[in-house]
Formats: sequence, C-alpha cells, structure tokens
Amino acid sequence: MNSSDSAQLSGPSSRPAAATLEFRQATKVYPGQSEPAVDGLTLEVPSGEICVLVGPSGCGKTTAMRMVNRMIDITSGDILLDGRSVKERRPAELRREIGYAIQQIGLFPHLSVADNIATVPRLLGWGRARIRARVDELLKLVSLDPHETRDRYPAQLSGGQRQRIGVARALAVDPPLMLMDEPFGAIDPINRERLQNEFLRLQREIRKTIVFVTHDIDEAIKIGDRIAIMQRGGKLAQYAPPAELLMYPQGKFVEDFVGADRALKRLALQRVRDVDLWKAPLVRVGEPVREARAKLADSEVPYCLLIDENGRPLGWLSEKGMQGERVEPELRSKAEPVLELDDVLRDALSDLLQEEAQYGPVVDHRGQVAGVLSIEMLAHALRTDPEEVPSGADAAA
Amino acid sequence: MFQLAQLQIRKDPTESCEADNGFCPDWIADNFDRYVDPFFQHLYLTVIAMAVGFVISFALAIVAYRRRWLINPVTQVTGILYTVPSVAAFFLLLPITGRGNTTALIALVAYVLLIIFRNILTGLDNVPEETKDAGRGMGLTDRQLLWRVELPLALPEIMAGLRIAATTTVGLATLAFFAGAGGLGEQIFADITFKSNVIVAGGLAVLLAAVLDGLILLVQRLITPWTRAVAAR
Repeated sequence: MNSSDSAQLSGPSSRPAAATLEFRQATKVYPGQSEPAVDGLTLEVPSGEICVLVGPSGCGKTTAMRMVNRMIDITSGDILLDGRSVKERRPAELRREIGYAIQQIGLFPHLSVADNIATVPRLLGWGRARIRARVDELLKLVSLDPHETRDRYPAQLSGGQRQRIGVARALAVDPPLMLMDEPFGAIDPINRERLQNEFLRLQREIRKTIVFVTHDIDEAIKIGDRIAIMQRGGKLAQYAPPAELLMYPQGKFVEDFVGADRALKRLALQRVRDVDLWKAPLVRVGEPVREARAKLADSEVPYCLLIDENGRPLGWLSEKGMQGERVEPELRSKAEPVLELDDVLRDALSDLLQEEAQYGPVVDHRGQVAGVLSIEMLAHALRTDPEEVPSGADAAA
Repeated sequence: MFQLAQLQIRKDPTESCEADNGFCPDWIADNFDRYVDPFFQHLYLTVIAMAVGFVISFALAIVAYRRRWLINPVTQVTGILYTVPSVAAFFLLLPITGRGNTTALIALVAYVLLIIFRNILTGLDNVPEETKDAGRGMGLTDRQLLWRVELPLALPEIMAGLRIAATTTVGLATLAFFAGAGGLGEQIFADITFKSNVIVAGGLAVLLAAVLDGLILLVQRLITPWTRAVAAR
C-alpha cells in the first residue's frame, strides 16, 4: 500500500495531504496565573515535516500543542493552519481535521477496535463500506491483522497494539496535520524503540505534518525533522534541525538539555552509508603480490584486506603473506569488527572502540566489502556541516 | 387514628387449616387466586416508581454533571427525601393527594431519587479523563461525548443503582397499602397471624424483587458486552 492509495480512499475532497503550521507569538496565560504557560511562541512547521516540542516538565510544550486544535484556547497571538487562523474555526470541526494521539491513548473501552478507528469517519458521515475498507487499510498500515484485531475490545490488546490502534484512529480521515503527545511514553524501552522505527517508516509513506511532544531529547533527535526546545516559562530556547541543534546549541540551557554527549548524539543521526568510505585494498589468496602492493599504495589503509571468493572479509594480511610471488593466507589480525552500511555512526564507533581497532571493513547487505571506516573518518564526520546531515524519517531510511 | 380495613382471609379460622403451625399447602392451592391482583398491583407500583424515579434522577444527574455546583443541593434534597420514613411520607401526603396510587408513587419515587442520582453521577465521574480528552480531541461535541462515550461507560454503575433501587422499592411497596394503594403488603397485614398467608404474600414480594434484580442484571450484561471481554487473549 502506498500513500496515494490511502489519499484516494480517504480524502473527502482535494484537501492537501499535509498542511503547513505556523505559530505567531502564540501565548497562553491560564486564568489566575501571572506567568504565561506559553510565551510568544513563534515557529513554522513546513508541510510534511515532524516538529518535536521538547523540554522539561512545565515548559509549556503540551499546552503549545493543545492550542493548535483549540483544546486550550489561545490568550494572544495566533496559530495558522495552512495560512488560516485556528481561532476562526469551530473547535469540533477543526479537531476532526487534525489527528490526535496522546500518551494514555484514550481508546474507548466500550467500542471495538473497528468502531474506535471509525470515530471521526462516522462524525463526518462516511458510508459503511468506505469506513470498513478504511479500517482494514489502517490496521494493515500499522502492522496489525485486520481479521484478528477488528472486533476486539481495547482491553483485549497489548500495550503496543493499543498504541498502534491509537495512531490508526488518529489517521482515520487522513488528516493533513497530526498532534502527538508522548505517544510512546508509556511503552517499555524495547518496544518503544520498535514503535519509533515503525512510526518513522509510516511517516515516510504518509508524509504528514506532525507536531510531536516529548520530554526525551534522544527521542526528539531520532524523530524530529526540526526540534523546538522549550524552557520553563513557555519560552522557545531554540528551533533547529537536530544536527544543527547538536552542533550549535544556543545558550547554556540548550547545551545542558541536549547533554554533554551531544557530539556522540550527532553520530546517531548518520549512517555508515552516509559517509565517503575509504577504498579497501582488497586482495585474494594467490593474487600476484605486485598487484597487491600497488593497491596498498593507492589506499589510505596501511594493510591489505584479504577476502574470500564471494568478496567477504577474511582478515588483515600480514607482511609475511606478501613475501613470495603470490599472496599467502597469512593474517596479522581478523577483520574485526565488521561494520554494516546501515549501522548508525555511533554504533560503528562503539564497535571500533570495543575491538580497539583503528578501522573496520564495511559490508553491504550481501556481506561483500563496500569500503573501510576509520576512527579518523568519524572524527571528520563530527565536523560536517549540519546542513548535510539528514534528520527524522530521512535519517532512518 | 388510621384504621386498617380488616380483610376476611379465613372464613373460619379453625376449619380452613388443620396444621398446627398454620402452614397449609392445600389452602394455598385453593386460595392462590386472591394474591394475583395484589401481585400485579405491587409490580405496577414498583415499575412506575422506578421509571419516574429514573427519568427525574437522570435529568438531575445530567444537569448536575455539567454544573457541578448543583451536586450538593441535589444530594441534600434527595437525601432528606430518602431519610423520611415511608410510612410517615404516606401520612404526610394523604391530606394533599388523598388515598390511592398517586400518594404511594410519590413517596416511592422520592425514595429512589438519591440512589439512582448518585449512581449515575458516580458512573459519569468514573469515565477516565484520557478517554474524554481523546474524544474531545477527535472532534466530538459535548453532547456527542455524553451520549456516545460517557453514558455508555457509566452503564455498569447506572445499572447497579437500578438494581438497588428495584429491590428497595419492592420492599417499600409492601407499605403502600397505608396510602390505600394495595399491593402484597395489604395481603400480608390482612392476617398477619396466619402463616400460609404471610408466606405466600411475603414470598411473592421476595420473588418479585429477585426477578426484577435478575432482569436488570441480564439487561446490563446485554448492553455492556465489553466489561466481560477482559484480556481474553
């Protein structure tokens, strides 16, 4: 299934698949309080991007999100959805156009999974057949078996399944904007990681504009195309793509919040395939030593990498193996660690450090050597311009 | 002083029953007919009192749920009605509404208001906050949220209130004859020394309470299927 299918099935009109969102000096002061909960928030979320609102508790991130669908009314300033002020809209109508997923999920316990998902389609008066088709489509989209899940009650599902139903329900009418408040907050770490990856895969398909609230900076860095760090008093501390945030944190608050290991966090944004790997001097047993020496001279790696007939790495060749006419299988060390193109740079670095290696062969999905990654290159990657570092769903590709 | 109309249950107390303890199956079989009308009168009083009581309590609960300041006054007023002894209520009403069903029903309705009102409100208050938040966030209006989410989820408590109210009303309706509304109570008190009579009339009242309770429970199970579908994985 792809996104154009779902748009056809669910888009009631020629509504765009993703909206733009703009906060303009949006401010919220709760009655009876002198300090604003959100103070003059101004930021733009381009269509199809994930904007993560992150900050310590009490920073106003959830309030900011809830002002978008008018669950909380704006005190002053404005929020524009596709250029139109949300204040002009009737709240119930506005909310039906905006997907809404919260940490506690809030599934209706008395309705089956199908009826839960059908909530907004029914409010909009869709026909039965269309609703049924859409429910099955959404269940497949969130990796659940429609036949098995459709008629269950929420109490009969696991936490992870409920979370998926919550997302499916929020996506029911293919809304151009999604609001998600710590949707993975109540899930255990292992499943959270899985759900995050699934969510990013889903986002690559559906390309929604998403406002995502979390208190977890690692989640923000992993998921966000742009991150808005907020601090107490509802002030925006910095709004930037993850790589830029990690490289140029503005002010002490942001620096502390992203953590002392922000350089390492940047390495988590890139994958081995994103860097220009060194060419490996690949040799096979029986190859003329003269040729091997020529390859060695041509490479930045000081040793030849011995490979088998399928191109898989066997180990680093010792000087002894190049004494005769032909290359002999004499290894100075095994080819540990073997890195993969899809590894994030942080994991690759960790592997290299663990094996106390300066460099390691990188293999593709068939196990064939694609190049060599070195500590030196990782150090260089840390200095890369943040513009060139992908983020959000793109980084997880 | 109010005089009870003494009914003639036994034509001849010595002849009709030979058992020493006054329990005569033969007599019961012969005289069962005389209990049928009081039984249906009793059922009528109970069902009408419950229905009227439910409608009034429901309206009060819905209004008080949105306007929280009303909860205390409503609870206090219905609480007073609940505390007034029924027999006293019948006598207080007699000069105004006279003898008959109306007087009995007013007293019975007054008595169940607190029970049903409190249970509806508890049910509504127990609806999880996140469920309401999700409903509102998806664009349900307050009215849609009430009818599609909050009231269905309050059903177990509402039905529990109706069960208590039903059994209580059946019991209280045995006193309705003080207001001249008949019912099984009239039969019981007609000859309280004759065991056969007391057992049949009293037994029918207990049976009525049990059947009504069972019926409400059955309806509850039919309309709240999700409450039994827990973790059936």
